[in-house]
Parts: sequence; C-alpha cells; structure tokens
Amino acid sequence: MARLTIDTPLDVRLLDKGLSVGEALAAFNAAHGEAGGVVSFLGKVRPDGDVRALDLSHYEPLTLPGMRELAAAARDRFALDGALVWHRVGVMMPGEAIVLVATAARHRRDAFGAADYLMDHLKSAAWLWKRERRADGWRWIEPRGQDREDIARWE
Amino acid sequence: MTVTILFLGPLRDLAESPTLEVEAPLDWSGLLEAVGPQVAEQLGEQRVNVACAGKVLADKTQLHAGHGDEVALLPPVSGG
Repeated sequence: MARLTIDTPLDVRLLDKGLSVGEALAAFNAAHGEAGGVVSFLGKVRPDGDVRALDLSHYEPLTLPGMRELAAAARDRFALDGALVWHRVGVMMPGEAIVLVATAARHRRDAFGAADYLMDHLKSAAWLWKRERRADGWRWIEPRGQDREDIARWE
Repeated sequence: MTVTILFLGPLRDLAESPTLEVEAPLDWSGLLEAVGPQVAEQLGEQRVNVACAGKVLADKTQLHAGHGDEVALLPPVSGG
C-alpha cells in the first residue's frame, strides 16, 4: 500500500469514502516531527436512536475553499505547526467517521484550542448540509442552538 | 443565454428539480419569481445565502447573474 502523503502545514480534504483514522494520524504525526503535541478529534455518526444513515452534501465551488480558509485562520490564531482537516461527504452509516481534525503545535494548549476552534466552525460555518434517515424517511438537520453558542465563543 | 439556479440542502426538497435554467441576466426579483413561492419565502430569511459564480454575496438582493453564471441557494449549514 502506498504511504499516505500529508500536505504541510495544512492538509484539507473532502472525502467521498471512508477514511483510515490510524493511517491518517500516523502520517500527520510523522509530517510534524517538530511538534511537541498532536491533538485529534474524530467525529462519528452516533450509533444511537433509530438513525439508519447520514447523508452530507456539499457545494464544490465553496466547501473545500471555505475549509482551507478555516484551516488557515486556525493556523494564524493559534501557534500551529500544522493541521489536518478531513470531512466526509456522501452517505455514512452509524459508527462511521464523519470528520477528522488533527492539530500539531509546540505546546498543547494551542493544539487543543485549534482543534476545538476547527470543530466549532465545521459544525456550523462550513458549506455542508446534513440529513439523516430514520424509520420515517430522510430529514434535514439544522444547526442546534448549542452549535451557534459554541461558534460565538470565538468571536 | 441562461443562468443555472442550484438548490442546495433542504431547499432541494422544496424545488421541483435540483437545478433550474432561466434566461440571463437574473436579478433578485427575477430570482424570487423563478424559484416559486416556497423557495422565495426561504430566500427572504437572513440565514439563507446566495452565491453567484462561486462567490457568496454579501448582499443577496444585489444579485446580478449573467450568461453562464451559476446561482446557488444556500440554506443554513450543518456539518460535523
């Protein structure tokens, strides 16, 4: 298997199929040998309730460019060596990964802060639309009040 | 001489099809007329954005789409 190559300092991707978390984090860690710490967050389709599937749609001209701008903003705001921002699109099953964020910094607080910042913005400011399928069919998901409060913390 | 209107996310369910071709040029009132009353009502909401030729408009009412432009209707997002 070809080794995964990570772009530095920022590796931002939209993925239309499953991602290998262990491989991604190992490659990210290897790409940032100078970092004193790496923080990662993996968001998954919550395997509870009667959610059968999740479908994420995007808009090509905006979604990836917007994610790149977000990653650059995180790098400016925190003293990051680098960041990995990967988001799935398409149909996912419960337990599957939706989003993987990793941040590398000299010091842990920057890495934690940047991962938190990236996730809050991906939840409610990235050009992505989520719907879930339950027993009664597909339903679009709107950002919750909590998501808006989370992003407001950074203003 | 056409403009393509693209319905994203939940707006897709309100429209008859995912895209709509209309005559260029297209301005805000032309857009409201073209998309039908249900989508037009959504467009009136501040949380719904409009992009033209790949750029989100700061003021969607200033829309001016020309031949070949894609106008994307962007409802509130939900990622992660």
